[in-house]
Amino acid sequence: MKTFAESQFPGRLVAVEGLDGSGKSTQIYLLKRWLEAEGTKVYFSEWNSSELVKSATSKGKKRELLTPTTFSLIHATDFADRYERHLVPLLRAGYIVLCDRYVFTAFARDVTRGCPPDWVRGNYSFACVPDLTMFFKADLDVSLNRILEGRPKLKFFEAGMDLRLSNDPYESFKIFQGRILDQYLAMSKEFKFVIIDANEPVEKQQVIVRKLVSDRIDLDQFKRRSPLPLPPALRREREYVEPEEEKDEDKTA
Amino acid sequence: MSKPHRFYGHGIPRVNSEELGGKLIVVEGADGSGRSTQIAELVTWLETSGRATVQVGLKRSTLVSEELERAQQGNVLSRTTLALFYATDFADQLENLILPALKSGFIVLADRYIYTLMARDMVRGMNEAWLKNLYGIAPEPDAVFYLSVEPQELVQRNLAKTATLDYWESGMDLGLSRDMFDSFLKYQTAMGESFRKLQKSYDFEIIDANRSVLSVTKELRKKISALLAD
Repeated sequence: MKTFAESQFPGRLVAVEGLDGSGKSTQIYLLKRWLEAEGTKVYFSEWNSSELVKSATSKGKKRELLTPTTFSLIHATDFADRYERHLVPLLRAGYIVLCDRYVFTAFARDVTRGCPPDWVRGNYSFACVPDLTMFFKADLDVSLNRILEGRPKLKFFEAGMDLRLSNDPYESFKIFQGRILDQYLAMSKEFKFVIIDANEPVEKQQVIVRKLVSDRIDLDQFKRRSPLPLPPALRREREYVEPEEEKDEDKTA
Repeated sequence: MSKPHRFYGHGIPRVNSEELGGKLIVVEGADGSGRSTQIAELVTWLETSGRATVQVGLKRSTLVSEELERAQQGNVLSRTTLALFYATDFADQLENLILPALKSGFIVLADRYIYTLMARDMVRGMNEAWLKNLYGIAPEPDAVFYLSVEPQELVQRNLAKTATLDYWESGMDLGLSRDMFDSFLKYQTAMGESFRKLQKSYDFEIIDANRSVLSVTKELRKKISALLAD
């Protein structure tokens, strides 16, 4: 599997991976704010967010209709939709695309659910791999506590209840997350994950994240050449010097 | 029961293909090939003779059929998304209908199967090896009949039936021609070629369906009788 740079895309893709509660979403959000402030062409895409597929996924989850196979395929459909309609055109246009979770989430979760690894990887083989993947590694207990403190009620699939690991959702969640972590760590070398210590304070991690990104990507190349053009309404307002005369001209034209 | 079922590839996690009895019979063919008519005939014939049947088809899953229909109406599906969306629809019916029915010894009649999906995706430039891996979840049918009809005849039958041509069955998303009539002919010709290509790796019988409904029915009954007598 090639990266976007190796496939001659002008854009670059940065992904974050990690367990729920590892703090990866906070880190990629702060990275996005920084890149925007720097005037970089940046786009953010989240796992499981395609408008086309979302309602089917949430129906499947709510009504517990999903099996390991359909769980895997519906997420692949969601990813394909975002990939083909957003990521590829933006990367062709020289954007820095930030992804909160990428194909590795599927590789870890679906395999934990019992799907064959080659089948899952094959289904996602249409996608290039990120130019930089940061893996947020927190102690399992730390991640679990963060999630369990904030959201006392665990959802069926989130807790891995479909795997029948335990009748207790909390117990099931812990075993499930532990297995996903094992899967992530097993592929870490193969996909060149950069491991970030997610037990560190948020600000300290962000310093590391920003440094990594600016070391790996020549950010100056991704700056907008000119500030964003104003929306048409505002533009007209500014150019409006003598309103009444212009209005007349418009009418005669 | 004759030969045990097996999956084309990895199959479905925690399902042993040897537990699958029954028969899986697939009828493939374009819209206007007489597919649905033939399946209705077969169901009546089989049920009258005391055999339990279950029918499946494309875009009939509880999980995604509505969403898939909406996406097709909105015309926003790119090819990989289209392929995976249909694969999800197929997998949902596979696990909820096909596999339980086979386990209970039913005859499953599939109004199109993975081959139509693969052929469509191949025409849209998807890689054949990628598709084979994706559909490695499918059990190998006991018989596959491809109702082959010349595109010129298909166009007549479709127009006689609905006085219009379907956007997707005309391959309008491919930009083969702005003229729907031309596009339909080009697309159906390409589909026929994909089917012939798939026939090399998947075992299916090509039935000449340019003939009358009755003569096709007779041929299908004869072949299925032989299969059930095994």
